[in-house]
Formats: sequence, C-alpha cells, structure tokens
Amino acid sequence: MRRFTMATLVVGSAATMLISACGSDNSGSSNGGSSGDPDLSTPQADLTGAGSTFDQPFFTRAFYQYNQLNSNVTVTYASIGSGGGISQFQAQTVDFGATDVPMSASDQAKAKGGETLQLPVALGGVAIAYKVQGVQTGLKLTGDVLGKIFAGQITSWNDPAITALNPGVTLPSEGITVVHRSDGSGTTYIFTDYLSTASPSWKAAVVPGKGKTVKWPVGIGGKGNEGVAGNLSPQQGKGIEGAIGYVELAYALQNNFTTASIQNQAGNYVTPSLGSVAADAAQKPNVSATNFSIVDQVGANSYPISGYSWALVYKTQTDTNKGTALVKLLDWLTHSGGQQQAQALEYVPLPANIQQLARSMLQQVTDSSGKTLLS
Amino acid sequence: MAEASRATGPRRFALGDAAYRRALQLAGLLVFGIFLAVGVSLFLQAWPAFQHSGISFITGSTWDPNSATYGALPFIVGTLLTSVIALIIAVPVGIGAAIFLSEYAPRSISTVLGALVELLAAVPSVVYGLWGLLVLAPWFASTIEPRMTWLPFAHGPTLGVGLFLASVILATMVLPTIVAITRDLMNAVQPSAREAVLGLGGTRWQVVRHAIIPTVRTGMIGGVVLALGRALGETMAVTFVIGNSNVIPHSLLGPTQTLASLIANEFTEATEPFHAASLIAAAVLLLAIAVLVNVAARALVWSVSREVSELV
Amino acid sequence: MSVAAAPLDRRAYIRDVSARTLRRRQIRGGVYTTLCGLALLIALVPIVAIIGYTVSQGIGAWSVQFFTHLPTPSGIPGGGISNALIGSLIIDGLASLMALPVGIIVALFLSEQRNAVAGAVRFIVDVAAGLPAITIGLFAYAIVVVPQGHFSAFSASVALAVLMLPVVIRAGEGAIRSVPPDLWEAGIALGVRRARVARTVILPAALPGLITASLLAISRAVGEAAPLLFTAIGSTFLVTNLARPMASLPLVIYLDGIQAYPDLQRTAWGTALTLLVIVVLLNLGARLLARRMRRYTR
Repeated sequence: MRRFTMATLVVGSAATMLISACGSDNSGSSNGGSSGDPDLSTPQADLTGAGSTFDQPFFTRAFYQYNQLNSNVTVTYASIGSGGGISQFQAQTVDFGATDVPMSASDQAKAKGGETLQLPVALGGVAIAYKVQGVQTGLKLTGDVLGKIFAGQITSWNDPAITALNPGVTLPSEGITVVHRSDGSGTTYIFTDYLSTASPSWKAAVVPGKGKTVKWPVGIGGKGNEGVAGNLSPQQGKGIEGAIGYVELAYALQNNFTTASIQNQAGNYVTPSLGSVAADAAQKPNVSATNFSIVDQVGANSYPISGYSWALVYKTQTDTNKGTALVKLLDWLTHSGGQQQAQALEYVPLPANIQQLARSMLQQVTDSSGKTLLS
Repeated sequence: MAEASRATGPRRFALGDAAYRRALQLAGLLVFGIFLAVGVSLFLQAWPAFQHSGISFITGSTWDPNSATYGALPFIVGTLLTSVIALIIAVPVGIGAAIFLSEYAPRSISTVLGALVELLAAVPSVVYGLWGLLVLAPWFASTIEPRMTWLPFAHGPTLGVGLFLASVILATMVLPTIVAITRDLMNAVQPSAREAVLGLGGTRWQVVRHAIIPTVRTGMIGGVVLALGRALGETMAVTFVIGNSNVIPHSLLGPTQTLASLIANEFTEATEPFHAASLIAAAVLLLAIAVLVNVAARALVWSVSREVSELV
Repeated sequence: MSVAAAPLDRRAYIRDVSARTLRRRQIRGGVYTTLCGLALLIALVPIVAIIGYTVSQGIGAWSVQFFTHLPTPSGIPGGGISNALIGSLIIDGLASLMALPVGIIVALFLSEQRNAVAGAVRFIVDVAAGLPAITIGLFAYAIVVVPQGHFSAFSASVALAVLMLPVVIRAGEGAIRSVPPDLWEAGIALGVRRARVARTVILPAALPGLITASLLAISRAVGEAAPLLFTAIGSTFLVTNLARPMASLPLVIYLDGIQAYPDLQRTAWGTALTLLVIVVLLNLGARLLARRMRRYTR
C-alpha cells in the first residue's frame, strides 16, 4: 500500500514538472517586438473578456500572439455569447466585452462602470450553404427568393422562382429543408437584418423579421454553427439532402460548403469571400454603435450579408495599469498586428478607415484622473 | 434495523451511537439543504416569468421572445416523449443485459463487458451529440426511418434528426446506469435465495425469475429513477439531434424541442424582457415534472409491495 | 397418514413435477436467456460504435506534444492539452473530495433510517437527479462566482459536486442495502459501536457497489462541459490556482468541437479519446484497489 502511494506521488510530480517545463517554453519568449508594431510595453496585467462566440477563434489566436510579443499581458476570454458578454461587462466581472450586436441605450445605462465605448474589432460574412444533389457551388439567389425560402413560401428546389434565376442548372424536385439557428446569435441577426432589408416577402411574413432569434415559420434548428453545419455537411453520407441554411463565412470556407451567390444591390450575383465582404464593409465608412448595419450595401462587388463584431470598453479606467494594457491590446487587435491573425483564420480584415475609427475611439479612454491612456 | 444497541453496553457506547446517528442526520440535512437551495433559487429567479405569462406558460404553444410570449407546452411534450421512449428502450435492454452479465456470463467476460457498457457513462454529452448528428442521423434518415413509416405515429419527411433519434441517443446515455446498478444488485443476492429455487428443481432462468428479480426489484427503481433523471435533464446531446423546432411533435420522425435543450440553446443570448426568467421557469417546470414522476413511481412501488405483502 | 410419510410424499411429488416439466422449463429458460444475450449485444453496439468513431477521429491528434504542451490557436501547430489534463485533475479531484464522502454518508443514512426525514431526503435527491447540468452550473455561478466577483475553478468543483451527489447517494444506497442485515446484527450483538460496524463491516462489504456508484458519478462529472461554462470558463494557460479560471477536458471538447477549423476539431476528438482512456484506467485502478483492500481486510 505504501509503495503504491509513493509510486503515485513520484509519477505525479514528475508529470507535473515535465508539463510545466514544456509549458513555459511556449510563453515568455518575447522577441522584443518587430519593427512596425506599435509600442506594446506595458506593466503586468491579467485581462479577462467575455462575449461573442463569433470572435472566439480570432481572439484565441490574437491573444496568444500578443502574449508572445508582450509576456506581461495575459488575456482569458470566455466565449459565452454576446448576451453573456454584455451582462458580464455591465457587472464588471470582466475587463472588456465582445458582442455581435452593439449595446442598446438601455443596456449602456445598466453598465456599472459608467460610459461605454463600442468599437468594431472583427468583420465577417454569412454564407448561404445548401446540399442538393448535382448542384454545384454558386447557385444564384436573390434576396426575395431567399426570403421566400426561409419563410416557407418556396418549398421545392425546382420551384420556377429558383429555376428562372439559374437557367443552366438542373434542379431536382425534392423538398427544401430549411436549417436555421436554434440559439440566439449575431449570425442570425445579420442574416435576418439582410432578409428584412432585401426581401419584402420575408418582411411581410415574419414579424419582427430581425433579431438574434426570430420565430422561424419552417425548418429545423441547429445549435450553433456546428449544429447547422452538421445538417448541411457536403460529405457523402452526412447532412440532410435538400437542406439550405446559413453559417459564418469561415465555417463555409473551412469545410468546403457549396454556397449560393447572392444578388447585391447593384444586381450582381456575388460569391461570399473575404474580398466581397470587405467590399461591402468599405461602402459604409461611418459605422457606429447606433448605426451598425452594413447589409445590402451598394457597390458592384459587395457581398450583401455581412456584419461587424464589437468590443466593449469603459471610457474611464479605474486601474491605470490594466487600462493601459487594455487599450494597447485593443489597438493592436484592430490594426495590422491583430488583423493579420484574423485573416489567417478567414475573418475579413477591418478596412483601413474602420481601423482608424477604432483607434480614435480608443484614444478617448482615460484613467480616473482624465489622462489619455493611448498615446 | 438492529435496535438492540440502545439499552445494552456502557454509557459511552450509547453516546457514540447517538453521535453516529446525529452525524448521519446532519449529512442528510446538509444535502437536503443544498438541493432545496437550488430549487428555491431557481423558483425565485423564475417568479417574474410566471407572473408575466400566468397559466399560459404551461398551456401555450407559442414561444416568441421578441413579443414576450412564452408558452412552453411543446417543450413539456417533447421532454416527456423523449424521456419515456428512451426508458421504454433502455429499461428492458438494460435489465436483460444485466441479467446476462450477472447470471450467465463467465466471471471474466462479465467484468470486461460490464466495464465496456459502463464506459458509455463516461462519453461526454457533446460527443454523443456530434456522433448522433454526424453518424447516426444520416443512417437513420437513409435506412431506419423509411422502414418505420408503417407505424401509427411515424409519418413525415425522414430527416434523421428528430424525436426518435433523440430518444435513441438518450436511451444509449442512460443504459450504463441501469446496467451497472442492476448488475451489482444481482451480484449481491445471497446464495441462499438461489439455492432455494435450485433445491426445488428450478432451472437457471427460474432462479432469475423467482429469486433474483423479486429481491432486486425495489433497488432497480433507484437505477431507473437515476436514468430518468439523466434523460429529463440532458441538454448537449439532445440539442444536436432533436431538430430544435419549437412545435409539438405530431410524428415520431418529426423535429421538436425539450425543456433542457431549450435552456441550453437560448440562455446565453436571452436579453429580451422576461426571456432569461422564462428559461429558468422552464428549469422549474423540469423539476415539477421530476417531482410528479417520482411521486407516481413511489405510488406504484407502494401499491405493488402492498399486493405482495397481502399475498404472503 | 403418518407424520413421517407426508414429507416423503411431498418430495416425491415435487420430483415428479420437476421431471415432467423440465423440458418445457428449459426451453422457456433458453428463450429468455437468448433474449437477454441479445439485449447485451444491443447494449454493446453503441459503445463499440462510439469508441470506433472517436478513435478514428481523434487518434490523429495524439502525440507526445499533445499531452505535454499548452494549447495553440488554430493554424499554429505544436499545441496540446496539458493544461486541460491538470485542470480536470484539480477540478474533478476537488469535486470528488466534496461529493463522495458526503454522498456515501447520506447513503448510509438513507439505508439505515426509515423515518419521514429519510423519505424527504430521498425524494429531493431523486428530483435533483433530473436537474440539467447547465442549471447546476448557473446555480454555482449565482452562489460562488457572483459573490466572489470572478470566475474560478472552485466554483466549477462546487457545480460538479452538486451534479455528482444524487448519483453517489442513490446508487450507494442500493449498494449498502444489498448487504445482508445479518452482518449489522452480528456486529451490534457483539457490542460494537454502530459507527465502527458501519466503517469496518458494512462499507467494506458494500465496496463493489460503492465503487460502481463513485465511478458512475465521476464519469458523469468528468465529461460534463455545461456546468463549467459559467464557472471555470476555461483557459489557454497552465493554471493551478483554484481562484482563477482553469482549463478542463470537457471544455476543450465542447469549445474546440464546435469550431470551423479542422485542426481544432481534431483536437476535440483527441481530447474525447483521452477522456475515455482516463475513465477506463480509473475504472481498472479502482477495481484493482478494491480487490487488494478486500484481501487486506480478510
């Protein structure tokens, strides 16, 4: 019995030492920052953030790289959803929040730390994916046809409305299974925002037609992107034949979904891609937390179903160290340092004017004595 | 139980026994207090939602946070149907498997196979959900469900995901509980009971039927109750395979929603008025269902044991 | 008829009936036995399928790095789950320490006393068995995270302990009840204190069942991500401080499994496979320990 316990202790401590030795190899190897990076030196700070699940992969990678550049700052992010992010931020259990739909005025009133700044940190698109035998990627759909499909008014793939838009494509007679999100999400918000704008049929059929959740007239729900993606999987032997649904662009690109080309305001059918989403975003340089919708913008190459994700920061930071670390982190995040990480994960990099907008907002952050924290 | 200790022995033994009883009672009360606190905290948070919706919370079929309409009837039906069907599948299979493991299989095989079944309990809910969605659902859609359409309540498109698949996944998740507990109970039955039947010339099966099963019957209820609890409260696995449609299911093959899965889906983004409170009210509903089921189970056991004692 | 002759007639009668009905009873028994064997096969199919699927999806993630390195984001190779392994050990270990002793004591309580208090406790435990894991997590959030003002591994242990209790208590009660009452009475009749009888006679006798109960509870706790979402929330760093957010295996499975990126999905499956292996080892270890302890006490 005693030998057993001794053996366990020895093995246990050896394992722990091995793991911590390996672990410490990863962090702390700061290379002093390459030229072109803004000044990242800050005092020691452990920051926590919470919110949008859309941002999670991007944030994970960005904060990891940031820690490589400045080992003084560690960031823990809880992707509990935009709603959770807002309430944690309001209660000040986290240093910053992240949300796909900006805080409303009533939300801001409940924020315990005073005035809030909301800045765009990430940009993404919503792809319409489908699984129909014999139909390749690039099926052309207009906003109204899409709205009718999701409202249950068009129920089979060879409906005249769809075949009229796609003369060269043989569409089978099978039924359309709509797959929507069952959980509240910013992706749903962007998609329904688009449908409410571009589809009179949708706007008439579903009231309210826009929100993080809506009362879907037809279809099955998938939890999260993965739930929807599982039902749309293009792989043989998976997914539902005849299904159509909406997922984040990164999901569609990473998993080789067949995606629809959506008609934009200029009349062109645009494939969802990093470039077309960026083109759409660039059409609206004056976004703000109160005017944040960028769906269905003008422009020949704009992909109409796009949207930002927003970071929440208190204007007055009571802890100067943390505040300085936070604004420097967010500044790096919204500029080339962080946005390079975003692009590697197939998020759309923020347009230059939006990056400038973010910086100008961060320059409003002060400590309790009124001193600006971002130089 | 043995009351003989009360008067006999030196005084300090009596004190030791009293202290022992006190300690046990304290532990019981502690646990009672913890779960009572959970229930009370849930009820307090849910109260505004009950006030807002009134009885329509239980009778209404429309769940629309944007218009602050919260009717949970579809989820109540979905929860009950999935759990009941899951138990209908899992209890016979579980007890049958336990009987085989305990009475017929050689000891070494029984240990290995028993451990294998118990391993089902360790599979994370998310894995069940993903496996159900990516592997089982397509197979159901192509092979199983088209063959089920002759059943009375199995009509509609065979999507794979839906009420039936969710019930099957739940059955798989609660199976290890039933098998493990029943098998242990059966292993613990005294040789004297078995020998009594064998002495009368009974076959091996008659040993099971007349000696083992009656002895373990009330203990099995504990296993079934735990299984039912797991089935009622399972969220992650169900939410991947149930179709997440907020409608009362008309068909075994149709999509629906359960209370637990609803909570998991909507809680993190529930910012509309009364939405979060209504979701917690859904949790309270689940507790109410658990209470009703437990009361019914106890009534059943009580009436069965009364019959038996009257026969004796 | 004389007294001596009656029992012989009865025995002869029984023997006669036995012989006549033997074939019929054997066939019926055979049918039921086959059905039970079939049930066992049906029960085995899912676990074999799931293990097979998990292995096929997850074995590609396994490497020495996988178990010894900290996680890296998608697109950056060389990451691992070392912090989740340690985190799960800490969180689940603490939860077990909180739940198992209390649960077994309450199981003793329920199996011994038959008054209204015991009935009420058993009832509320049965009802609590139906609580969704996410609700328990929210409860722990409300009573630990909110007052403390930060997420922590401790709150996660509290949530898991509450999750484990009904399983330990109910299954444990069954195990203790199946110990024959003669053992109790023998101990008491010898004048031994109840506490000592329970500790030295009853609990060791019930040990296999108690181990099953504990393993069922631990298996459940080790694989649940929902209670951890609002309590320990996970981390990408090696954390051993109970008052900070901490990584954990089921969180990795959930958070990585739902991502778009195939390398993260593979990590999730590799972690799921790791979890299964850990539970198997735990199972084996516990049973071996039980066997050794039994030899020691005999």
